[in-house]
Amino acid sequence: MNERQKSKLLVETCLLAGKIMIENGSEMVRVTDTIDRISINAGAKEARSYVTLTGIIMSGSPDMGAQVTAIDKRTFDLEKVSTVNDYSRQFANKKISLGEFYRRLKRIDKDILPFPFWLQLIGAFMVSSTLEIVFRSNYYDFWAAGIVGMLGWFVYSLTDKYTNIRFLNEFIAAICIGFVSIFLIRAKIAISADDLIIGGLMPLVPGVPITNAVRDVLSGNLVSGPSRGIEAIMSACALGFGVSMAIKILG
Amino acid sequence: MIIIFPLIINILCVYFATIGFGILINLPRKALNVAGIVSLCGWLVYHIVDVHLNSYLFADILGTFTVGFLSIFASRYKKMPVIIFNIPALVPLVPGGQAYQVMKCLAIGNYALAKANLIQVIFIAGGIASGFLFSEFLNQLYNRFKAYMKEKRAMR
Repeated sequence: MNERQKSKLLVETCLLAGKIMIENGSEMVRVTDTIDRISINAGAKEARSYVTLTGIIMSGSPDMGAQVTAIDKRTFDLEKVSTVNDYSRQFANKKISLGEFYRRLKRIDKDILPFPFWLQLIGAFMVSSTLEIVFRSNYYDFWAAGIVGMLGWFVYSLTDKYTNIRFLNEFIAAICIGFVSIFLIRAKIAISADDLIIGGLMPLVPGVPITNAVRDVLSGNLVSGPSRGIEAIMSACALGFGVSMAIKILG
Repeated sequence: MIIIFPLIINILCVYFATIGFGILINLPRKALNVAGIVSLCGWLVYHIVDVHLNSYLFADILGTFTVGFLSIFASRYKKMPVIIFNIPALVPLVPGGQAYQVMKCLAIGNYALAKANLIQVIFIAGGIASGFLFSEFLNQLYNRFKAYMKEKRAMR
């Protein structure tokens, strides 16, 4: 492999690693750090990169053109972030070569699977019912809150799968949560609609964007931090509008 | 006994809520248990300060500080990114109740109560951010100290 091909492979590997990390909810410092570390360990002292939330620009050496990659979708899959971190660490310890690193990154969608859907539903049940007790200490509505949260997550995943509009899935899920909670109160199955809605919204809280926004701003990244913050605020507003629409309609 | 019983139930609830949220954002399977314990410690600090000092803002700052501090240790121990332990541990500290009250009050037209709740939400969000700030500050101080000691040893 000559110098030019090696530099090209390095840039491709760095861009793919950065893209996977940003798409799956890593903070920006970690992405910049990982790209720098990969290029230093591969022997490219003059590699430069510029990382934002929607794209990465990188050049391997000063006499070669820079490469760009765009990032359109952002989901939460922290296991992939952790796995890319592991690969980078193995590459630094010379356990895998650069080519092997690239092949593994290409395969990551097949290697790292999310939890099965029924387990996600059980997770949503756990989050809603337990946090309803922690926040409101209403022991009677444990089961009802869990079921409302499970339904909310089900609607959220379903709309996420079949539509491409951001924030629509949160909005529809919040409307469903509001309607079902008020119906459960009308049917005299549960006591307090407020507790049910608070519990049911908990699995949809934008925890990843909030945390990343704070961490990005604190590290001085004034492009990506505020845009993450806006993402979090938009999600929260979509949830709020959905719930207040349900309250407004049903009273 | 009467006082301690709800506390035990709440502790179990926070632990399982963290694991449930971890399943939703696909944490690595090896990290689930440690993330639950980090979250539990953070919530305990939050709860104790909230009950005994009666200040939700201070409680949130100290709770988030504990979370940030412990998750740095957890990430060193498990060799995983810090956010893996930060994000699920934040969920019991999020001002969900107040944020919901803001929306509900706006929907039913009680603007005064909505404003009061909104101010609480903003203060809690600021508290969470400053808690992270303090823990990050301590982490960098520790790293500097370690680098300084290494340099000093190399000079000798």
